[in-house]
Order: sequence, then C-alpha cells, then structure tokens
Amino acid sequence: MSNLKIFTKGFFKENPILVLLLGTCPTLATTSSAINGLGMGIATTFVLTSSNVAISLLAKFIPDKVRIPSYIVVIASFVTIVDLIMQAYVPDLYETLGIFIPLIVVNCIVLARAEAFASKNRLLPSLLDGAGMGLGFTMALGILGSIREILGNGSIFNYKLIKGDAILVFILAPGAFIALGYLIALINKIRKA
Amino acid sequence: MAKTESTLRNMVLSLTLIALVAATALGFVYEVTKKPIEISKLNKKLIAIKAVVPPFDNNPDNEMFRLAGDNGDSLEIYPAKSGGTIVGYAVRTYTVNGFSGYIGIMAGFSPDGTIINTNVLEHKETPGLGTKMTEDVFKTQFNGKDPSSFAMKVKKDGGQVDAITAATITSRAFCEAVDRAYKTLKKGGLI
Repeated sequence: MSNLKIFTKGFFKENPILVLLLGTCPTLATTSSAINGLGMGIATTFVLTSSNVAISLLAKFIPDKVRIPSYIVVIASFVTIVDLIMQAYVPDLYETLGIFIPLIVVNCIVLARAEAFASKNRLLPSLLDGAGMGLGFTMALGILGSIREILGNGSIFNYKLIKGDAILVFILAPGAFIALGYLIALINKIRKA
Repeated sequence: MAKTESTLRNMVLSLTLIALVAATALGFVYEVTKKPIEISKLNKKLIAIKAVVPPFDNNPDNEMFRLAGDNGDSLEIYPAKSGGTIVGYAVRTYTVNGFSGYIGIMAGFSPDGTIINTNVLEHKETPGLGTKMTEDVFKTQFNGKDPSSFAMKVKKDGGQVDAITAATITSRAFCEAVDRAYKTLKKGGLI
C-alpha cells in the first residue's frame, strides 16, 4: 500500500466511526456541538499519532507477552500529556469535554491502530496511519457535531442561525443515536453506489 | 535487529524502562503546565467574581473567608472592596436539588442585602431547558431585588420568581441556592 493510501484510508474507506464503528461512546457523548466534536477529535488525533510513532519505534524492543501493558502505558502517558495541556491552555473546552479526555486511553481506535498497524510497520507509515485515522475521526465528529448543533440549537460554532428554539432532542442522547444512524446509512449508500 | 524474546528478564526490563521513561516525561509536562493551570483556575474565579459585584481594587481571592450556613456546611465569601470599603460580597453558593443534582452559583450581594448579579459556575442541567438558567432572561429578574421583601420562590410555589418554561425544578433549585447565600450572609451579620 502506498503512503498516500495509508494516510487517506482513515477518511472514507476505513473511517473509524462511520465505517469501522469504533469509538462510538465518545462520539455520541461529545458531539453536542461542532466545537466540542472537533476538540475531542483533535485531542484524539494527537494521542493516536504520537502513540503510533512511539509504538512503531518500540515494537521490536517490547517482548510479545507484555506488549499490551506496554502499549497502554505509552497511550496513557500521551493522554495525560493532552489532559494537562488542555487544562492549562484551553480550560473552557477542557471543562465541556470533561471525563472524555482521560477516557481516550480506553478508546479502542487507539489500541487497535497500535496493535494492528504501528507494531508491524515502520515509522513513516505508522505516523501517516495515526494522523489519517485521527483526522478521519475528527472529521466524523465535526460533521456529527455540526448536524446536531444546527438541528438541536439552531446554531453553528456558537453562531446563531435561527431565532428561537430548535429540535431540542438532537442535543440530547437520543438525537446523537439518530444523527449517527442516518449518517452511517448515508455513507453506506455512497460506498455501495 | 531480532525481536526481543519473552523471557522473564526481558519482560521485567522492558516494562520497567517504558514506565520510567513515561514517568519522567509526565513529570516534566506536569511541571511545565502547573503554573498555567493555576492561573487559568484563578482567572476563572476572578472573572466569576467580577461578573457579580461592582468594580473592586482588592484581591477577593486572598481575603476569602467561610461563613457557616444553616445546615452544618459553610460557604466561601469573597469580599469586594474599593478604596478599603466593602462594595459587595460574592458568595459561592450551591444546591443539590437541580434536575441533575449539583449546581454551583456565584451570587453577588451589595452590603445592603440586594442581589447585584448571579453567575452559574457549574451544572449538569438539560441542554436547552435547564441551561436557560444561565441566560439573562431568567437570571436578571433577581438583580436589584432584596430577598427580605422579594419572595425567592417560583410563582407556582407562591413566590415572585418567573420559572423557566418546562424547567421548574431547575428554577426552584436556582432560587434555593441564591436564598442560601442570602441567609448565610444574614446569619453572619454582614448584611
């Protein structure tokens, strides 16, 4: 597979949320607005790219039987770094995302890429894979967040589009499931066409 | 380079090394971000205080003291002073009776006991319903009111407060929190 393909597969062909259906929990929980979705996506992209790079470098050095605990230590370290940095420099976003930042540790996309890709590939492909998957994740979260914010709050990036109330349910949990379901259906339709 | 064998020695060695490197890196990041985190927390508090009391020239955070409330707890009181005289008190009050539990509110009172302004600091209320308590339409009705003559209850309960449509529980909780701040100040003899 060419490097370009490795990078771009995360956006559409193997999009972690819309096609692989990984990491649905943070997706549903953090996409109540476009900015929250993008913030969560960018934080995850950083963790995914850094952990992929670190693991591709360490893969040969780590004995097979302790690889999972080793990966988790690496991933948890990067997550804690993101957690501290966000707390220091973007406190408002940090507060809205709350518990979902530390929970990136257990996001299955991150461990899945470490195990399935970074541990078997060299530095550059691993970096591209992490960045591509991360940006694909960010894109999906951004789209879902935008849809929910427009329908549920009548605004986009906190900019009011309509006056008065919108369809409140889209901000709430059921709206997350409905919006994600339709989005996946649409993507499936496009992929099969 | 061949892959490291899974012998006990190798496993212990590699895990120890990874943990050590991770711990060092985290310690470093912690040191770097420690100051900015403190500053952003303090700023947040000062902004919240500024929003609810008249302009002041002291540092209310340094002069913070606690006053006992009526049910065994205590509230943080931030006195705002201008030229040495008290111009208002910012009270960090709360309620646990919100629709989703805890609501933290900063309430500003002038020394004569009227409410200057209120600011919701934390809550988990329903987006679009309970969250309307953070909007001016609801909370400005308290401004300039003296709780001794203004019944701090929603109209449904015989008070004078216009509740948020479809969020009566949140409205009640909000009144309760502000009332708690007032009663605590009253009990402490400050107003």
